[in-house]
Formats: sequence, C-alpha cells, structure tokens
Amino acid sequence: MKQIFRIASILALGALAVTATNGMANAKDKVTVGYIGPITGKVSAHGIAGRNSADLAINLRNQDPNSKYEYELVALDDECKPNIGIQVATKMATDKHVSGAVTHFCSAVATGAVRIYHQFHLPVVVWGAISPSVTYGNDYKEIHRTIGTLTSQNKVAVDFLTGLGYKKYVVIYDTTDYGKGHLEAFANDLLATDGELLEAYGVAADQQDFTAELTKAKSLNPEVIYFAGLSDLGIRVRNQMEKLGIEAQFAGVSGIISDTFIDGTTASEGSLAMRQGAPVEVMPGGPEFIKKYADADYKDPAEAYGVYAYAAMNVLLDAVEEAGPDRQAITKALNTMPAKEYSIGMVEFDDHGQNVNSLVTPLVVQDGAWVTWDESEYASGKRTLKGK
Amino acid sequence: MDIGFIGQHLVNGLMQGMIYSLVAVGFTLFFGVLDVIKFSHGDVLMVGVFAGLTAFFGLDALGIENPYILVIAIILFSTALMALLGIVIAKILILPLKGAPPLNILLITLMLGTLLRESVRLFYPNGSNSKAFPAILPTDSFTWGNFSLRLDSVMLFVAGAAVIVGTYTLINRTRLGLAIRAVAQDEETARTMGINFGFIVLFTFALGSAIAAFAGVMNGFYYNEINFSMGLLLGAVGFSAAIIGGLGNLYGAILGGFLFAGLQTLAAAALPFSSSYKDVFAFAVVIALMAWRPTGLIAEKAYARV
Repeated sequence: MKQIFRIASILALGALAVTATNGMANAKDKVTVGYIGPITGKVSAHGIAGRNSADLAINLRNQDPNSKYEYELVALDDECKPNIGIQVATKMATDKHVSGAVTHFCSAVATGAVRIYHQFHLPVVVWGAISPSVTYGNDYKEIHRTIGTLTSQNKVAVDFLTGLGYKKYVVIYDTTDYGKGHLEAFANDLLATDGELLEAYGVAADQQDFTAELTKAKSLNPEVIYFAGLSDLGIRVRNQMEKLGIEAQFAGVSGIISDTFIDGTTASEGSLAMRQGAPVEVMPGGPEFIKKYADADYKDPAEAYGVYAYAAMNVLLDAVEEAGPDRQAITKALNTMPAKEYSIGMVEFDDHGQNVNSLVTPLVVQDGAWVTWDESEYASGKRTLKGK
Repeated sequence: MDIGFIGQHLVNGLMQGMIYSLVAVGFTLFFGVLDVIKFSHGDVLMVGVFAGLTAFFGLDALGIENPYILVIAIILFSTALMALLGIVIAKILILPLKGAPPLNILLITLMLGTLLRESVRLFYPNGSNSKAFPAILPTDSFTWGNFSLRLDSVMLFVAGAAVIVGTYTLINRTRLGLAIRAVAQDEETARTMGINFGFIVLFTFALGSAIAAFAGVMNGFYYNEINFSMGLLLGAVGFSAAIIGGLGNLYGAILGGFLFAGLQTLAAAALPFSSSYKDVFAFAVVIALMAWRPTGLIAEKAYARV
C-alpha cells in the first residue's frame, strides 16, 4: 500500500512539474469562457451543435501561438426552458472565473436571462435566439448578438430597394409585434438613406379589405408599397393593389415568402421579398467552418446554427484578446468593436449590441416561383420591375 | 383630397356596403320569420364560396373556358348548394329547437359555424391557406384622374343590387312573400289560414343561405382571394348591420350594411387616427347607435316585418 502511495505521489509531482514547465513555456494565463444552450431536450441537436462549435473555436484559438490566453470552456444546459435558463444563467454569471459567455438558442430563454447577465456584468454574445426583444427590449450594455433578428432583414431591404433607385415608400404593416417590429426597423433604416417614408398604415392581422388604405396610399403616389406581415395578408394587399390600379412595386418581408403567396395572388410576378439567412455553404467562412468541424471529428453534426455559435465564440475571444479577462473591459471592447468579418459574414454591433449585418437574400417572383434576386431575369435586365 | 380619391373611397365603400347588406339580409330574414339569430351565417357564406371555387375547378377540368358560363355556373352551384345546406340546418337544428330558449339556438349555430369553418380548414385541400378566387370577369378599367373603376366591380355591384331588388320583390309582391310575411307577423294565425309553416321556414332559410352564398362569391370575385375564416368578420359585420338597421326589417339590413361600410371607409380615409382603428370606430358607432335606438334605426313595426 505504502509503495502504491509513493508511486502515486511521484507521478502527481511529475505531472505538476510538467504542467508548470508547460505554463512557463507558454506563459499564458487561463481564461474561462462559458457556453449555454439546450444540450438536452427537444432541440438538443442545436444545443449540442452549438456547444461543439464553441468548443471548436476555443480549441483552434488555443492552438494559435499568437493568442494571449489559454481558454477553457464551461458549458451549461438551459434545456430550452426559461426557468432552467434563469438558473444556469445565474450560476454562470455568479461564477467569478467566467469572463464572458456565448449563450442561448431559444428566444424565450434568452429574453429572461439577459437581465441576469446585466445584473452581474457578464458580457455575453447571444448565438442562436432571434427574437428582437433580446437586444432591443433593453439597454443592457453586456448583451450582444451575432445572429440576425427577425427584423434585421429590413436594413438589407432598405439598401436593396434604395439601391434599385426607389425613393418613395408606403408601408402597410400588421399591428402585431411582428409587423410593428418590421415597420420600426424599416422606418429607422430608411432614415439613413435618401428614401422617404410617405406613410405607414397599420392593419388588423385578419383584415380582408384594404381598399381604403390603398386608396390613401395611391394618393401619395409611392414607388414601393412595402408590406410587413404574413402571406395571407400579403396576398390580399397585392390583389387589391391590382384592383385599384396601383402601379407601385410590391415588396414584402420574409413572412410573405411561401407558395401560398404565389398561388393566392392574381399578379405575383415581380413581387420582391427578403429571405432571412443563408445556408452555411454560401456564408463567407462557411466552407472553412465545415472542414474544421469535420476534422475535429465531433460525434454530432454542426446543424444549421453551429456556425453561429462558432462565430459568436470567436467574437468573444477576440474581445478577450483585446481587453483581457476583466468582464467590464470585455463589454467595452465588444461595444467598440470595429466591423470585422467572421465565418457568418461581417459582424458590426449597433448601440443595442445587435449585429446589423445579418445574412438576408432578396428574392423575386419569376414565372410562379421565388427566385434569388441575383439569379433572376430581373437582375440581369431581361425583365423589369414596376417603375423601372 | 382631390375628387378622384373621394370617388375612389366612395366606390370602395359601396362595394363593401353591398356585400355587408347581402349578409345582413339573411340575418334579418331568419329573425323575421322565426325570431332566431343564426350565428353560422357567415360560415355558410364561406362554405358557399368554397363550393363555388370547387365548381370552377370542375368546369376548368372539363375544359370550359367561356367566362360567362363559368361565372353563372359558379353562382348557381354555390347558391343551390347553400340553399340546400340552409334547409338542412333549419330542418335538423333550428325547427326542432323552436320551443327552446333562444340562447340554445344561438349557441348551437355558433358551434355549427365553428364546425363548418374547421371542416373547410381541415378537409378542403390545403384549406388552411388562402386561395386565389378566379379572376374571370372582365378587368377593363375606367380611369379618370386618380379615380379608377373596374368593369368587374360595376358588374358585381349591379348583380348585388339585382339580388336585393329581387328579394324585396319576392317578399313584397308575390304570394310566397305574402306567406312569409304572414308567418313573420303571427305564426299561429298564419297556420290557421292554411299556410304551410314548415315549408315557409325552410324556404326562408334556403333563400337567406343562397343570398349569403351569392355575397360570398361576390366577395371572392371582388377581392380574388378567399380563406376559411372570411365568414367570421363578415358574419359579425352583417349581424351588426342587421341590428343597427333594425333586425327583421329588410330596408334596415340594407341601410345597416351601407352605413357600416360607410363608417369603416370614413374612419380609414378621413379621420385622423390610424386606419387600423377603423373596425373599432365602426363598432363603437354601432354601440352608440344601439344605445340611442335599441330596436334599430328603422324601428320595427309589426306589419313591416320582413
């Protein structure tokens, strides 16, 4: 027995010595960063993919000789349940070793948890939850988000439409949070351009008749009628525009993209809409991420949103590299971070910590199908939009 | 606002008013004859328009392309089928409950409405999505400045007016109409005078339901879009229109329909608040009118019923 104890002691001392030597050789401090996602439960596939991708970002960073710190991951499971989310967020935020975290796939969990991070000054980058309220529902400086929100497509819509030369807009929006959120974002983004919002009409989400609103809109002579709502309403608005002889171009938010819109409208040809997101394969750093994830040999696939967790973790690590492991310094670094390209594309936070560059693809209806704008005959000049 | 836009709002309001009036006429017929409020009326309208769409697909598959034949066939099929549905509803649900408290009929037709609505949603192919209603009427339009009037709208309006005039003539100028009025006035006396009460009730329900189907098809041709829940709001508006006009009074239903559409258009076009409040405004005025004239704008006289 004594013999075994002696051997064990020698081995332990040896291990310590090796670690110490390594430490001296690298001279790197350890920084602990966190990950929270639904690792178990119904959407665990995404949670596991997110954790693996965050882990991949850390491993790659640790292999990088230029990185200033050695990173360690603490992963917690929110089960996609708001109550559990609050518990694990509190656990992570009160752990003083954790410098920052990449958190949440589920919007309901993220919305509740952001208050905790703010309370304990833990800087976080939300990787998967897309409800606008996570970033726009508060003024917490600690909260950032790399993935786009439901409404971030409007910036792309504004850039796209003004890029086509349209200047005068009327918005018809449904008065739910969905429609209102889009209207606010669209109106706000339009301010930065030479486009002009002539009027916005709120309509009930089950309204049938839009002739009164459209007649008023017609009197303003807009170039574009921008519709913020779902396809059922979009169909009615489009049909009734035709009925009233309104010659403006019709453009809608992602909510109208469906076959129902095409089947239900008498004049869908040439209608524009913004599709949220893009497949990982076409993201700027997508193929590289796919290769590295495959090389790391994780048991589970990266799923559609793994790349977002990977990017979010890289954003956080870059902030730590710049500011050190202090929470408030990291928050400041994130808030002042210049625009930079990551695997999901450009990341640039607005004053709510929201990445303003989300991947959005403009689509157009061509011959009874939604076609990517760049591949359409409208883009090539073979066909023309209204007023062009 | 220039005259063209005022004219445009007027036309929009008239078209809506015609549809509302047709729905309200049904409510008023049922109430006049049997003192019942049939809450499934809006959903019968919706089933009617889906039946019309099915007829269109059938004829289209047979290769019939003449738009006039198609339109007439859609209207005939839809109205005939809904007349039949009206008879079935009256026979199975309304007549057996004649002696029961009015609340029972109200509830049972409310539930029937849900049943019809959900059935279309679940069993009609892809029923939960909006459907395009065929745009087969001529779309030539007359444009004068900012005013644009399409030929199909004019045709629909004239057809709607013809249905209302026809119903009025039927009720006031025919023996059958006399029998309906007799039943409306006093069921017992009408029976002793040899009027077939059961037949009159079934006929009235067939007529009201057929008019609803017509209103539905008109709605379909006007908006070129139909959906399983379209009967809900149309039913509520039609019922309110019948109430403000004076339930049981044909003129009242027509007046109520146009008044309601006028209020909605006024709210959306001329009042300073957001157009999303137009239903709030129209229903608020209806509430105020009901407080002022509880029996409707055209006060009911026993002999004027139906």
